[in-house]
Amino acid sequence: MIMTNIETIPGMKIVGQYGLVSGSTVRAKNAILDFGAGLKNVVGGELKSYTELLIQARQEAISRMQQQAQTLGANAIVNVRFATSAITAGAAEVYAYGTAVKAQTITGA
Amino acid sequence: MDLLLFFLLLVLTFCSGSIIEKNHFKKIIKREKALLRSPMVNFGVKKWSSKRKVIDTKLVYGEAVISADYFKCFVAGLKNLFGGRMTSFESVMDRARREAILRMRESAIGSHLILNVKVESIMINDPKNPQSVPQCAVMAYGTAVTYE
Repeated sequence: MIMTNIETIPGMKIVGQYGLVSGSTVRAKNAILDFGAGLKNVVGGELKSYTELLIQARQEAISRMQQQAQTLGANAIVNVRFATSAITAGAAEVYAYGTAVKAQTITGA
Repeated sequence: MDLLLFFLLLVLTFCSGSIIEKNHFKKIIKREKALLRSPMVNFGVKKWSSKRKVIDTKLVYGEAVISADYFKCFVAGLKNLFGGRMTSFESVMDRARREAILRMRESAIGSHLILNVKVESIMINDPKNPQSVPQCAVMAYGTAVTYE
């Protein structure tokens, strides 16, 4: 599935739209990794486990959004945006949303 | 005894924090120099078109979570009394943003242009606990375009 965060798909023509699709997820790490991050907090530096958490959350949100778009019959999502929020300490919510569209390659332009 | 421990912790975290930060900035500058030739813009939301033929478009991302250290928090607490620039946290935010943007650009190596770059950030810390160390989580994303 093609995804862009601009309003068009370069090299393709949008022939139909199916409305807004979205996917969200809230993820948390286990207590041991939280403890490790707590230690890292004292010395400073990058928290690799939380970065991983964010990556997994983003992948999950995107796959849910894509599933929703697929059930509608779309083959691309344009204008994808992300919103994030911190619900509690150690948990991250990632929300992805975009417009599901049907796109065709331009032939003989 | 408690005071001694506190000062020891401050000195230790000052050393570790500044070493980590210095090394990180060195790495960031090196990687930014390497990526100087791959352009990145934050426009293109509306009709973007190019004279060259586009063969591939994809969404690219980069994430980074950077935390401040104990010493920085202590200094920021003092600074809070007088007001003004919190230089100790400025550098943390700067590192997190640049790291996330760099990761995004590195994942888009091979494409010619990144359009409509957006940077989203959250602070993951416990709002109930004022003593908790701020962690800055940054997510950067954009559309990578490859020409024929």
